[in-house]
Amino acid sequence: MSSRPAKPAPTPTGETRGYWEGCRAGELRIQRCARCAHVQLPPRRFCGGCLGEDLRWERASGRGVVRSWSVVRIPLSAAFVPDAPYVVGLVRLAEGPTLMAALRCNPDEASIGAEVEVEFEPRSEEIHVPCFRLR
Amino acid sequence: METNTLRGAVAIVGVGDTEVGKLPGRGSVDLTIDAAARALRDAGLEKGQIDGLVTSNSMVDPHMYHAELVAETMEIQPRWCMTLAAGGATSFAAVHHAAAAIATGLCETVLISSADNLRTGLTREKASAQQSSTADPQFEAPYGAPVPVSYAFVANAHMHEFGTTREQLAQVAVTTRRHAALHPAAEKRDPIEVADVLAAKLIADPLRLLDCSLVSDGGSAVVVTSAERARDLRSAPVYLLGVGEAHTHEHVSQAPSLVTSGAVSSGAQAYAMAGLSPRDVDFAELYDCFTPVVLVELEDLGFCAKGEGGPFVEAGHTALGGSLPTNTHGGLLSHCHPGNPGSMFALTEAVVQLRGAAGERQVDGAEIGCVHAQGGVLSSHCTLLLGKEPS
Repeated sequence: MSSRPAKPAPTPTGETRGYWEGCRAGELRIQRCARCAHVQLPPRRFCGGCLGEDLRWERASGRGVVRSWSVVRIPLSAAFVPDAPYVVGLVRLAEGPTLMAALRCNPDEASIGAEVEVEFEPRSEEIHVPCFRLR
Repeated sequence: METNTLRGAVAIVGVGDTEVGKLPGRGSVDLTIDAAARALRDAGLEKGQIDGLVTSNSMVDPHMYHAELVAETMEIQPRWCMTLAAGGATSFAAVHHAAAAIATGLCETVLISSADNLRTGLTREKASAQQSSTADPQFEAPYGAPVPVSYAFVANAHMHEFGTTREQLAQVAVTTRRHAALHPAAEKRDPIEVADVLAAKLIADPLRLLDCSLVSDGGSAVVVTSAERARDLRSAPVYLLGVGEAHTHEHVSQAPSLVTSGAVSSGAQAYAMAGLSPRDVDFAELYDCFTPVVLVELEDLGFCAKGEGGPFVEAGHTALGGSLPTNTHGGLLSHCHPGNPGSMFALTEAVVQLRGAAGERQVDGAEIGCVHAQGGVLSSHCTLLLGKEPS
């Protein structure tokens, strides 16, 4: 094993635990407000639409569209150096919210409007981070 | 709601920039006071005549009570004092807050000073940690995207939506560098051409090294006081005619749009307060942390139609001698960029332009200037309209 630092594995908080549990189970989850039907990510204790507290987890389709993208040529963290160059994008999920995520494609394959589908990259026993591949 | 309550109420009566670039051994408090002393000398004021103080915190060496520490070090005891944080928009938001404080009698004369030593004070490790601290720890940091990536999102979106070309983005850097060459203190003064930008090292597609602002040490300060008091002071006052702010999100993933920003709202507020329109503006100092931001700002502030920023810059409108000389000091791209203090240099430049004291880079007939800054990733916006006359 090299001494290279591992890529970051987020520490879930009270608000996000259900999200990360979903990722570990291979499903991307969004929050839907039981009062006003607002859909949101990142997860919160309160609804960003009506500030209500009755938020329900819902399995998202896992599909979305690339809003924009770039290629990291010079990673700041040593953990990412072996991956460079790699593509990062903003993905608007079919349900509405936008996530930043790794796009698993070559730099010359990335494009705005591309349709993508979620998959998960294990970072630890508990944390699998969502990434997207081109459909 | 009254929208004109601050128009002409306050004026900038002193400005000061420290040296910029590499200033080893100098920290943020030291540089903040260096800039402050220069601004006070310029205003012809003693430190004891300052009763309000605003600073911005250091990224290199943050302090719990930065402004109070600066006050303690300067041995002043202001009655109104704060450390402000709105990223790149901090400097201009500070002017907004100071104007409101002066207009409501909370204080009379405010020193706004901002400095940091990002160039020599930040190790690569610290810079990395600092940059990752701006990313959401759970939803952005896992993907290893340094700050330029967020602005590359803006560039790619603008190119996709409006057909903006790589050459047009490059022209922003080229024009800005031409201006920097006329500023004796600018860090980068050697001329560049579009081909140089296109051949520079790729940082985050499509942005190359020369699309990215500098990393600098330095600080800059202004003194703001009531219009009434300003008339008795040494320098020709530069009046605040309009101001507006808009704060739309923090993280880039939550930006309502990647091509239209809160500058639409902050600009509209400032124009309404001033009773001015974009056509009245003689020059602009716009936040240029990365080249695409300038295009978004030119459009959102009404200097050209949405999507026309690229052709506007390419046609030479933003160059000295053009219809809207922009970033006449060389901006963050070529003058300096010490982090939060960066936009303060745009403010001191606007004041120097309105005094008619900008030498070789003077904009002919400069009566009204627009300065705009944004912080985060198109997140926090503040627009100021400044003029030689109070209305």
